[in-house]
Amino acid sequence: MTETGVVCALPDRSSAAEIRKYQDPRVIRKILHTARTIAIVGLSSNVLRPSNFVGFYLQRHGYRIVPVNPRETEAVGEKAYASLKDVPFHVDVVDVFRAPQFVPEVAREAVEVGADALWLQFGVISGEGARIAEAGGLDVVMDRCMKVEHARNMGRMHWLGFNTGMVGAQRQATL
Amino acid sequence: MTDLDPRAFGFDTRAVHAGQRPDPYTGARAVPIFQTTSFVFEDAESAAAYFNLQEYGNTYSRIMNPTVAAFEERVGNLEGGAGGVAFASGLAAQAAAFFTMLQPGDHIVASSALYGGSVTQLKHLSRKLGLEVTFVDPDRVDAWRQALRHETKLLYGETIGNPGGNVLDIQAVADVAHGIGAPLMIDNTFATPYLCRPIEFGADIVVHSATKFIGGHGTSIGGVVVENGTFDWSNGRFPIIADPSPAYHGLAFHETFGMYGYLMKLRAESLRDLGGCMSPFNAFLFLQGLETLPLRMERHVANAVGVARFLQQHPAVESVRYAGLPDSPYQPLVAKYLPRGAGAVFAFDLRGGREAGRRFIQTLQLWSHLANVGDAKSLVIHPASTTHRQLSDDELLAAGISAGTIRLSVGLETLDDLIWDLERGLDAARSARSTGVDGVAREVVA
Repeated sequence: MTETGVVCALPDRSSAAEIRKYQDPRVIRKILHTARTIAIVGLSSNVLRPSNFVGFYLQRHGYRIVPVNPRETEAVGEKAYASLKDVPFHVDVVDVFRAPQFVPEVAREAVEVGADALWLQFGVISGEGARIAEAGGLDVVMDRCMKVEHARNMGRMHWLGFNTGMVGAQRQATL
Repeated sequence: MTDLDPRAFGFDTRAVHAGQRPDPYTGARAVPIFQTTSFVFEDAESAAAYFNLQEYGNTYSRIMNPTVAAFEERVGNLEGGAGGVAFASGLAAQAAAFFTMLQPGDHIVASSALYGGSVTQLKHLSRKLGLEVTFVDPDRVDAWRQALRHETKLLYGETIGNPGGNVLDIQAVADVAHGIGAPLMIDNTFATPYLCRPIEFGADIVVHSATKFIGGHGTSIGGVVVENGTFDWSNGRFPIIADPSPAYHGLAFHETFGMYGYLMKLRAESLRDLGGCMSPFNAFLFLQGLETLPLRMERHVANAVGVARFLQQHPAVESVRYAGLPDSPYQPLVAKYLPRGAGAVFAFDLRGGREAGRRFIQTLQLWSHLANVGDAKSLVIHPASTTHRQLSDDELLAAGISAGTIRLSVGLETLDDLIWDLERGLDAARSARSTGVDGVAREVVA
């Protein structure tokens, strides 16, 4: 299983409108606020890989990370599983770092194991995968980075001058 | 915590709010000035995560600072980019933007009408570092295309040139750049994001001298780089960004940070290594400026139009090069790129050459004779003897400057007062013309 780079994945024929449909800020916030356990499909143990950056970051912010990758025995200090179906406990979110052609299969497994949400990272664009998960009752986010969305909504992305798009005059919650 | 509504707020709202939400600890409504060199780590693991860029954290104010970050995000937001990185000056920002993406042997195609300081930086500093530069007439899209080489990695122009008032066909030049997999960088200093947002027309990188209209008060030197986050730095032409970086323990910036890869490298390597960081106090002053940017730019433009119309009908004036005048050859481009106005910096040519220019400037009571633009105060300068002094005769001509060229930066004063003062200066210039003293560019430069 090779990890999909954030920019080299080939998108499928999903239209911009279809991609936007799966980038609803309300869905993103609901997932970030309610999730506790996140299975990361394609999580690498190599600390220089994008998936490791995301797993490490989310783990720092209190989520339990479950690596799903047949090529790994362990990543970010957690035992790795070969497939979603091998994980012996409930996962709230399935976060996918795989090439788009593998997404429908991952989506079917996510439905099968009863996950609450399917999250497809930057560049992981699969309308078919999204529809499978949606039909199975899962919330779906596509072509968005879970680390960035956490940092935008609840973290410190603004400390590095990035455009969070967050505009408001209310006092922020304590980090 | 109340979740924010994802409304697409208007420009004026974002000019006041973007980049700052009241902090959770004090609730301070103004952006606090974090005048500190460094930041205490929570624990050893956090320190490591910050330095590894695994977590968004503050380490040292040469690389990031919360006051500066509010300014960076605000400009990034107003330009419609992925974010911003601030620098000690516009030239520091521009140099860092270059060195983040270019390496020895690479070639830049740049507008010949760039600000004189930019021309000098490109021509001398960049060449010293092994970069090749070709300057082209910015008005001819085919000239940009013809200058392309296999090694061309960047096209660079200004929204509004100086002092010729050239308006760049950003979309057409962006298409030329993207045709060879190179980004287009635009200096948007004279337009500000209120008048033009080059990213909306295909530009990939926008740089500013914040010293000018962004500040608007003439108190602080600063610059900022914004990137759109959509350019494909992994297209095979930019190994310096796409490949594992030896300057950051093998991190591949574009793959790891995606749309934020260029900005992350700009900050974590270029700003770290070149060191030209913006001071928190200056960032605070620039934030004060940005809050009133829409109001100020409206007045700057209205006054500039009034001054240009006055000059155009005055017998001592040979020509007025303001793109905002109805008979400007740039009107179609102004309509497309600058519908709210063509800025407030422009040049005109006095009859009578060098001596007329000298008398004109010396007679002025309200206009300040200095080397800056974009202040609330009206400014005037004679480029051939000051800002463009390092340029050769040919470069001066290519930049559209003659011995009688006067550059104005129209401020926020009462329009009638500005015109009153200019009229006194023009009367003095006319009396110089009767003495028969004249000059050409090459004499002025010599």
